[in-house]
Formats: sequence, structure tokens, C-alpha cells
Amino acid sequence: MSGRDFQRTMPGSGLHPQRPGGLWHYTHLDGWLLVLLLLLCGFGLFVLYSASGQDLGYVQRQAVRMGAGFAVILLLAQIQPRTYRFLAPLGYLVGVGLLLGVLFFGVGAKGAQRWLELPGLRFQPAEVMKLAVPAMIAAWLVRQPLPPTFRHLLSTLVLLAIPTALIMQQPDLGTALLIAASGVFVILLAGVYWRWIFIALGLAAAALPALWAIMKDYQRQRVLTFLDPESDPLGAGWNIIQSKTAIGSGGLSGKGWLHGTQSQLDFLPESHTDFIIAVIGEELGMTGVLILLTLYLLIIARGLMIAVQAQESFSRLLAGSITLTFFVYVFVNIGMVTGLLPVVGVPLPLVSYGGTSIVTLMAGFGILMSIKTHKQMLTR
Amino acid sequence: MALFERLKDYSEESIIFTSRAVLAFGCVLLLMLVLIGRVYYLQVVEFERYAAISEQNRVQLQPVAPRRGLIYDRNGVLLADNQPNFSVTLLKEEVDDLDATLAKLGELIELSERDIERFQERLQQRRRPFETVPLRFDLSEEEIARISLNYYRLPGVQVEADLIRHYPYGASLVHALGYVGRINVRELEQVDPTNYAATHYIGKLGIERFYEDLLHGRVGFQKVETNARGRILRVLERQDPVPGQNLQLSLDLRLQQFSESLLAGQRAAIVAIEPASGEILALVSTPGYDPNLFVTGISSRDYNALRDSIDLPLFNRALRGGYPPGSTIKPVIALAALETEAITPEKRIWDPGFYQLTQNGRRYRDWKRGGHGWVDLNRALAESCDVWFYEVGHRMGVEPMSDFLGRFGVGADTSLDLPEAITSFLPSREWKESVRQLPWYPGDSINLSIGQGFLVMTPLQLATTTAVLANRGRWVQPHLLQGLVQTPGDAPQPFPPIYQRKPKPADVVLENPDNWNHVIDGMVAVMHGERGTARRAARGAQYRIAGKSGTAQVVGIAQDAKYDAQALAERHRDHALFIAFAPVDEPRIAVAVVVENGGGGSGTAAPIAREVMDAWLTGDYHNDLQEKP
Repeated sequence: MSGRDFQRTMPGSGLHPQRPGGLWHYTHLDGWLLVLLLLLCGFGLFVLYSASGQDLGYVQRQAVRMGAGFAVILLLAQIQPRTYRFLAPLGYLVGVGLLLGVLFFGVGAKGAQRWLELPGLRFQPAEVMKLAVPAMIAAWLVRQPLPPTFRHLLSTLVLLAIPTALIMQQPDLGTALLIAASGVFVILLAGVYWRWIFIALGLAAAALPALWAIMKDYQRQRVLTFLDPESDPLGAGWNIIQSKTAIGSGGLSGKGWLHGTQSQLDFLPESHTDFIIAVIGEELGMTGVLILLTLYLLIIARGLMIAVQAQESFSRLLAGSITLTFFVYVFVNIGMVTGLLPVVGVPLPLVSYGGTSIVTLMAGFGILMSIKTHKQMLTR
Repeated sequence: MALFERLKDYSEESIIFTSRAVLAFGCVLLLMLVLIGRVYYLQVVEFERYAAISEQNRVQLQPVAPRRGLIYDRNGVLLADNQPNFSVTLLKEEVDDLDATLAKLGELIELSERDIERFQERLQQRRRPFETVPLRFDLSEEEIARISLNYYRLPGVQVEADLIRHYPYGASLVHALGYVGRINVRELEQVDPTNYAATHYIGKLGIERFYEDLLHGRVGFQKVETNARGRILRVLERQDPVPGQNLQLSLDLRLQQFSESLLAGQRAAIVAIEPASGEILALVSTPGYDPNLFVTGISSRDYNALRDSIDLPLFNRALRGGYPPGSTIKPVIALAALETEAITPEKRIWDPGFYQLTQNGRRYRDWKRGGHGWVDLNRALAESCDVWFYEVGHRMGVEPMSDFLGRFGVGADTSLDLPEAITSFLPSREWKESVRQLPWYPGDSINLSIGQGFLVMTPLQLATTTAVLANRGRWVQPHLLQGLVQTPGDAPQPFPPIYQRKPKPADVVLENPDNWNHVIDGMVAVMHGERGTARRAARGAQYRIAGKSGTAQVVGIAQDAKYDAQALAERHRDHALFIAFAPVDEPRIAVAVVVENGGGGSGTAAPIAREVMDAWLTGDYHNDLQEKP
């Protein structure tokens, strides 16, 4: 199959593609990805039942969202990649407009404004941007030959900086990080020169001490607590101490499903949302964690494969960015819960309880499937 | 336009992308390994440490307070029990804003300033971590409901059920039983901290204090699984506490309450003892106070009222009130005189109404102005002739009197389980020289011979002396505990250690045992003789009584001054005293009555003693005192 794909991507090839038939062809779905996602969702529901304190209501609501997610996959997989490319600027502009709206009219909780409320509808514009930004960056970059020139790169960075800054204003550090990462992945995958990358890294490294020097004492303290939450064991450190205890006490084989004391007895905060990996670690042990990581790795491998096999740069960049951003979710979440990274509100993809993130993630996979299955119709 | 400067090279774009994607996948693998390494570190390398922390999180060892032993009277009537009480407590570790929480609670239930003040005091005291601090006791069901409804906005607030000591007969028994109260820091240092780990109350006074070890019991423990908010989810392991022992006292509640009713409105004390055993049948001191007020902590207003009352309700007159025994001590003095052969029973002494050591010396007056004429031992006791005792007291001097008083328990606390009982002191030549730095004057002997001067005794000591007289010298130590019982009605199991607590005083053995008869006959004549001072109090008795009245001066009366009880302020009137035992041949009760400022012993105290004896010996619990003018 890949041999045929390669043939078709050769410029100037006059051969007409032989269209593959069957279920996958008509549904525009990718079997591998679909199976892996189903496995992951099943695993997620299984763990959620325990993490929610054996509340079937949670599991049902989550299952409904997952169902909606798969419907979104099915829908988005039907749309051609070039449509996404044409729609990207529009999505981006509407998204930025909505983010501005959130800034002025948003509602929220715990000192952060993240939601826009319309009659009968309440949503987080930042979620839309998780896909609109990489699509826009990719669409913008492919307007010129790759790798991008310096000027082109600068304009791209401005495009990326605007939504990131707006989301940081809410403030929603986790989402800002994910959106920035999705844009940066596009830029890196586009082949931006290594020396520029190193210069940027060098500048950032040099800027840090200067920034530290001009910070006020209380700001430094906040940064230190952010970097080392365990220095504040009753405040920010409590969650991390409890999650590390949960994971550590699980050992190799775990305490058994529904038998994690940290999670079942409420020592573990946010056990069904951001900290759900700690429930897996405690109840299913390292075995459970490895199974989960394997599923994630396979999904990422499949995603990158789809990206590499895509026929034009926009699809490649978008698919690559979506896949790598998915990994950022995984890494930041698990790194946070295990105490490797500071606490940033990033859910464990498709396992943490929560609606918006599931639909957004599934939408990304829908685009991946569209990229995978619409190659044959490429006429360029 | 950039578009035209360089042509898109699709093939090269693809190659660049592929190499970057491969590189990215490499990074993903590397970071995955980092995560796996981290999880390996937590779950394998540090497993035991985190397993231990998790176990500590989950499992807590909690002490369980034992149920305090109950106290019964000799008939199995419950005198002190434990009642469930609901209190609202705060767990400081979970309360975010103490003042705000107190303010919110103040809207739900009544909180006095005193409650908050006492709560703040308790908060300052050393306590175990995560131990709740009570704020108010005795919540009504409505208050419990109101707090429960608002739990969600009152983190750290709990309603706790506890067993709290309750004294159903309140003030009637407080001077006999004592009471328990909340344990304080000083007491905590004196008890075994493990055994008291869950205990909030400790005996403060009386029987409750003396038998604290028996009543308390042995602490139990439970291993409980708690959630993060400290709520107990299940008990993993439990070692039940051993409840405290139930005590059966020798007190008879009916006699106690009847005795109390006899003293209504007076500052007085009654102690009744069974002479054969030394068991205390009634121990009354009036006025009393409600011990239930003290259990959860008395309010300062209530306490000040009790403390400042002119009638001194907090004062245990029966055990701590020192009264000059007056003529009630004459039987002992008479025994001393007979034994030292200072006089014989038949020998008569002329009583002109006064006694002088020397011609023109100070006149020691007889209570009867005209005197009793020729008086022998029997008449001296029956009519309480002072001059006879002045004479024999002078003849034998202080030593034999001191000796005999000491042998009958004066200046000693012979009780076995009454921690508040005082010893007072035994007047003697040595005592006066060392304490008062004065020589013993002959006049001191004269005063001592009629129980005045330096001699003071408590009602308990008087009753004990009477019991020893009733036993003809055989000593019994007064005590309240009959034994330990499982259930009321059981035969009480004796508790030997209390008998070994103090050496028993040596029995009073006379050289001439006939002297017992002479003295006891004199005491019988007090009651049944035609000129006995207390003959009116013995009228109609179905049994024979040996008694002795006493009237103790409260203020000195000047030489030749006319004594008029009416004219004296009420609180300057004489104390009325009376001792008695009955039936004479086989004594079953020895009783001492002291009525402060009661006037004459035979007129005021003797009828009270008669009522007590009637009640105990014939079951006549009808109070005849009011019917008599």
C-alpha cells in the first residue's frame, strides 16, 4: 500500500490511482488509529469508574462524550484537507475574536475567565484554537517554499504569539502551553534551520537570568513554588505529595482495581480529572502505566506515519503538529502528576474526565484520518 | 513576492519533513523513557517508602475511652451513671478561619461568652494533634439538626456523642460521691497518658476521685481507616476497652435523702455508721450543690454564686468541718477518768453551779446555773454535769484525756476512702508547746474535759468515736465502699486494698471492762433516764438508745454574763451536737449530728438523730420534726 502511495506522490506521475475499496474507503477512517483510540477510551472508562468513586453517572457522561468524539471523527474525516487549509484563516480570526470576547465578557471560576456564555451554550474558545492555530500556522507557512525565510518565520511567530498571549491572559497556562507547542511543532517540522533554532534556544537561556534579576521578591517566590511545589506541603504541594504517594504505593502490580486507598479515600485530589494517572499507578501498578504509555506511543507512531505519508506540506505539518501536541498532553500531564514538572492544568488525553478536551482531541484525530484517506483525491 | 523568488520543491519539503518527523519520534521515545524511568523510580525504587506513607494516610490508631464504672448504693440504686451527651467540637487543623466559624456557629446555636472563653482556654492547652476541642455541650436535638444542615459550610465542625457522668440525685449525694470534671493539664501529667488517651473526664472529688483507677477502666484501641477528611470509614481492628468497675457503696440512698430532709434549710451535717463494719450509711452535709454543673465545666457565674454564698455549700461539713465537740466527748473523758481511777462510778461530787481551781480563782460555770447538787458518774453523763467533769479533768490532768481521745480517733483521719476527710489535731501538752509555744495550763484541762477549748472534731470523727464506743472499744474504720459489683443486686466483691491503706487503730482495751457498762449506762440515762438531757428525743422509742448531747460555744461568753440565745445574732448561736448509737445491746447504727448555730444539742440535734435511728431501725421514714412545736 505504501508503495502505491509513494508512486502517487511522485511529481509528474501520470498513473491514475487504483482506489482501494471496502469499509475504510467509504468511511474515510483509519482502522489502526480507530482501534487504538477505542482501546484507549475503553481503558479510560474502566479507570474512570474507579477514579470517580464508582459512580456510573460519570462513566456514562464520559462515554457519551466519547461517542460524540467519534461522531466528530467521522464527520471531520469526510472533509478534504485542502478545505481545512482554506478554512484555517477564517477559523483563526474567529478564534482570536472569541478570545478577545472572553477577555472582556468571559465567565469563569477560581479567578480565571475561560468561558464564553451564549444563550443555551457555554464554551471555551481556547479549545477551538487548539486546532485553528496549527492549521493557520501550517497554512501560512506553506504559502512560501519551505524551509521558511527569516521574515516569513517572524510573521509566523507573530501569528502564534497573539492567541498564546490572549490565553495566558485568562490565565490558562496549560492551554497556552499546548497551543504554543502546536504552533512551534509546525514551525520545527517545516524545516526551519537548525542554527536559528539553536540561536533562539541560546537567547532564551540568556534571557532567563536577566529576567530573574529584574523580578521582585514575591514574584521569585511564586516561581520557586511553581517549580518546587513540595516546598509548600499544605498548599500547592499537597496534590503532588498525594499523587506521588498514590503512584509509589502502587508498586509493580498495583493495589487492584477499586482498591487504591489514596484514590478511594479522597487523599488524592482531582483523581478523576487531571490526576487520573495516579489512580492508574496506584490501582494497576506500573503494569497499568506501561499499558497506557504503550497505547499512547502506538497512537503517536501511527499519527506520525500518517503525517509522513501525507501528500502535501500543509497536511504533513498539520498531522505532525496534532500528533506531537497529543504527546505534549501525555508528557506534561504525567510529568506533572509524578512530580517531574510543575503543576500545569493539562488533562491526560482521552482518560481524564472532561468534555471539551475529548471533543477537541477527537477532532484532531478526525483531521488526521481525513489526511490519511483523502490522498487519492489529490489532484495537484 | 516571495512566492516567485523560490519555487516549491515538493520532494525536498517531504524529505525535510520526514527527517524532522523521525527526529521528533526519537524525542518522543526518549521522553517516554524519561516518564517510564520516573514511574520506575516511584513504583519500584521508592515503593516501600510510598507504601508506608499511604498506609499512614489511611490507617489511624485511635484510642477508645472505656465506660466509667457506675456507682450504686447498698440496695443497688444507681447513684452515678453515664448519659449520652452531644457536644459541638472543632478540629482546628481543618478550620480555615476560626473567628468566622465561631461567628457562624453563634448564629446557629446559643454560644455564651463563657463558652467561647472556655473553648479558647482548651485550645491553648496541649492536646494531641487532630484532637477535637469541644465548644459547647448539651446540644438539643434541634441544635444538632441545625448544625448538621450547615456542615458543608462549617469545615472542621463536628457534633460528637460522648458519655457524660450524670448524678440523678444531684446535691443529695455530692458531699459523699464527689464528682468528675474535664481533665486538665495538671491531671494529665499525673495519669498514664496511654490509658487516658481517649478520656475526657476524671474524678475530681470524693469517691469519684478516690476510686478513679477502679472507675476509669482500661483504654481500648481501634485501627480505623479514614478518608482524607478524617471520617472513619471502617474499623479494621479493635481491642475493646475494659469498662470501669461498678462500685457498690454502703450508703443507703433512702436514709441519705431522709437525713438530708431533716436538715432542710440548715447548715448541718449527719454521719451515720454501722458500728459492726464501719460502713457509712449516710453522709450528709447541707447545703449541698448540684455536681452535674461541674461535669462539663461550671459557668463562672454559677461558680461564683456557690463560692461566695454565706452558707458555704461547697464546704463539706461532714468531713472537713471542725467543731468543738462540747459535751458529746464526755463519755470518752469519763472512761479516761474511770480507767485512771481519778474517780469511781459511785463517788459523788458536789456541784454548786461552778467550779474553781483555787479560792477566788476563775469560776468555770456549769451549764445549769444553780448546779446539779451531789452528782455521780451516771448523773454526770445523764444531766451533762460540767462540774463533775471539771473536777475529774483537773484530777487526772491532760495526759490521760489526750491519750483516750487519741485512742478514740481524735486528731486522726481513720477513714479508708474519704480523701477530703481532715485529721484536725489532738490537743495535748506537747501539741500546745510545739504549736502554740505556750505551756499547758490547768484551765486548759478543765476546758478539755467538757470538749471545749482547743478540741475540735469533724462530724465524721464524732460518728467514728461513737461507733467505737458502741463496739466497746473494737475499732472499725469508716468507709463508703462495700465492694465491686457486675450488676446491681449481686453480692459485692470486697476490694481488699482499701483495708490495707491505713493501719487500723488499736482497739481500746480497758483494764476494767466494767467501765464500758458504767459509761454506756450513763449514755442510756441521757436518753431514757428521768432527768436525761435528751429524754424528750427518746420518748416512745421501740429500742434503747445510748446518746450524748453537746452544745458548743461559738463565741466566748464573759464571766457571769447572762446567756441569751435569742439576743445573739443567729450566726453567733451555739452549735448543736448529738451522738448516739442504738440499739444499746446490739448496736446497728452510730450517728453524729451537728447543726451549726442550732442552739442546744438536746433540743435541736437529738430529735434529728432520733429520726435517723427510727428510719434505719424501724423503717419509719416519716419526718416527725415538723409536727413538734
